[in-house]
Amino acid sequence: MNPISQSMQKEEKSNSRREFLKKLPVLAVGAAALGGCSQEEIEEYFQQNFKTLSKEEKDEIVKNLEKKYSEKYGKEFTVSDTPATEGILFGYALDLSRCIGCRKCVYACVEENNQSRDPQVHWIQVLQMEKKKGIDLVHADVHYNPEKVPEEGHFYMPVQCQQCRNPQCVSVCPTKATWQDDDGIVVVDYNWCIGCRYCMAACPYGARHFNWGEPNIPDEEINPITHYLGNRPRTKGVVEKCTFCIQRVREGKYPACVEICPTGSRKFGNLLDPDSEIRYILENKRVLVFKEELNTQPKFYYFFGV
Amino acid sequence: MNINFRSEKSRKSGITLFIWNFKIILFSCIFLFFNSCSRDNSIMEGNEENRTLPEIMRSDVINQGDNLYAVKAPPFSEDIFPCSGCHADEEPNPNRRQLVDMHDDIDAIFSHDRENRWCLDCHSIDTRDSLKLASGKLIGFDESYKLCGQCHGDKLRDWKVGVHGKRTGEWNGKKQYLLCVHCHNPHSPKFKAIKPLPPPVQQKDIQL
Ligand code: SF4
Ligand code: SF4
Repeated sequence: MNPISQSMQKEEKSNSRREFLKKLPVLAVGAAALGGCSQEEIEEYFQQNFKTLSKEEKDEIVKNLEKKYSEKYGKEFTVSDTPATEGILFGYALDLSRCIGCRKCVYACVEENNQSRDPQVHWIQVLQMEKKKGIDLVHADVHYNPEKVPEEGHFYMPVQCQQCRNPQCVSVCPTKATWQDDDGIVVVDYNWCIGCRYCMAACPYGARHFNWGEPNIPDEEINPITHYLGNRPRTKGVVEKCTFCIQRVREGKYPACVEICPTGSRKFGNLLDPDSEIRYILENKRVLVFKEELNTQPKFYYFFGV
Repeated sequence: MNINFRSEKSRKSGITLFIWNFKIILFSCIFLFFNSCSRDNSIMEGNEENRTLPEIMRSDVINQGDNLYAVKAPPFSEDIFPCSGCHADEEPNPNRRQLVDMHDDIDAIFSHDRENRWCLDCHSIDTRDSLKLASGKLIGFDESYKLCGQCHGDKLRDWKVGVHGKRTGEWNGKKQYLLCVHCHNPHSPKFKAIKPLPPPVQQKDIQL
């Protein structure tokens, strides 16, 4: 099928879905009366895709969410919807010659991004591999647990969403609940995710994670500074992934994993800024992208600092 | 390349040959023109790169001007600084030796090219509260990166642009950088192994 007719068909599909949904409220109000849903819940149910919302609609939604979360977790929540800034394309580089596999990044990410503790969700997986075998996924170990790291003869390769320029997760999503924003961050609108997990099957990096159960986070550990497309609390049945800490980086801060890494292996910046740390790495160091042959074109690079 | 070109040539008529030659001349001109530009560039870059080490060290952390802040230098062990507190009354002994009464703890872990180096390669014998560069120049302890950079020039270069070592704060604004000695013990610089945080749960461990 050629791309044009494909996109036309997509257009048609989403149109017909919209048409269908437009007729629904009548039914829904009836159902709500029966099911005892609140007005907000109905509104949330029929909320349009985040990308198509107007500024006013977004403000309204964000305000409602802040209220809802603040009540639920008993602390003041902020849900930002800061958009991408022009002239910024985020990129990430990880120094394979320095990472010692301590997993501090894994847990800093869990805390910053409100990942469920039980069932456990980890957006970062650290792979331990043998130096003599090189990058060899068949023999990579994610469950390594020695007394001390790094272990002799091994190296460590943390894997998270590679923020592909050509993201397969996006092309397969039947509801357009996930897309690549203008600063290159691949985001998910949890309200539109139907939990079909096509994206998980399509992502070659295992970077997407499904909430098989209701996410569980102790109230005192929840991070109340959130972004709509990032670390706001999720529900059972939606897919989530690394967003380069969208709630931090769109406010100018480094991602949490960059800040925590004790070996300084993690680098982050604007790929379009020739003076950035990330550009220096791309221009001066030996760099590789993971599974290059798949043409996903990651904006996450691995490099050798020494 | 050349041989190919000649066999091509033999197949072509005089006119095509002329056009070809003309094209080649044209291309060479363009090539030379660009080449000369880029050579100029490389000379400029060369200058930048070929600055002597003291020159590089004199220049401040480059590129980001006002937005860079050093994290406070790490504290000395308690009661150890100023060094002159004790050394002022001591007769300096310039002979390389094993330390026994004082600083034996440092001697015990010292593994920074132990075979070839000892205290007075980096510490000044007369001005005890300063470090000493190979040139003899004295520097403060908060500038120790200059001392490190004498041997580890490549690391110093990468550190200045934020690639070796770690920066925190804003990727596009104010950031803090750490000194070499925040992470590396100057007397035993290799990173020590640490305990990893727990591995992810395995499917077999999940209780249903
Ligand atoms: S925190 Fe840094 S050193 Fe530790 S596993 Fe993560 S990337 Fe590697
Ligand atoms: S790594 Fe996976 S989840 Fe991330 S953008 Fe690429 S395909 Fe999508």
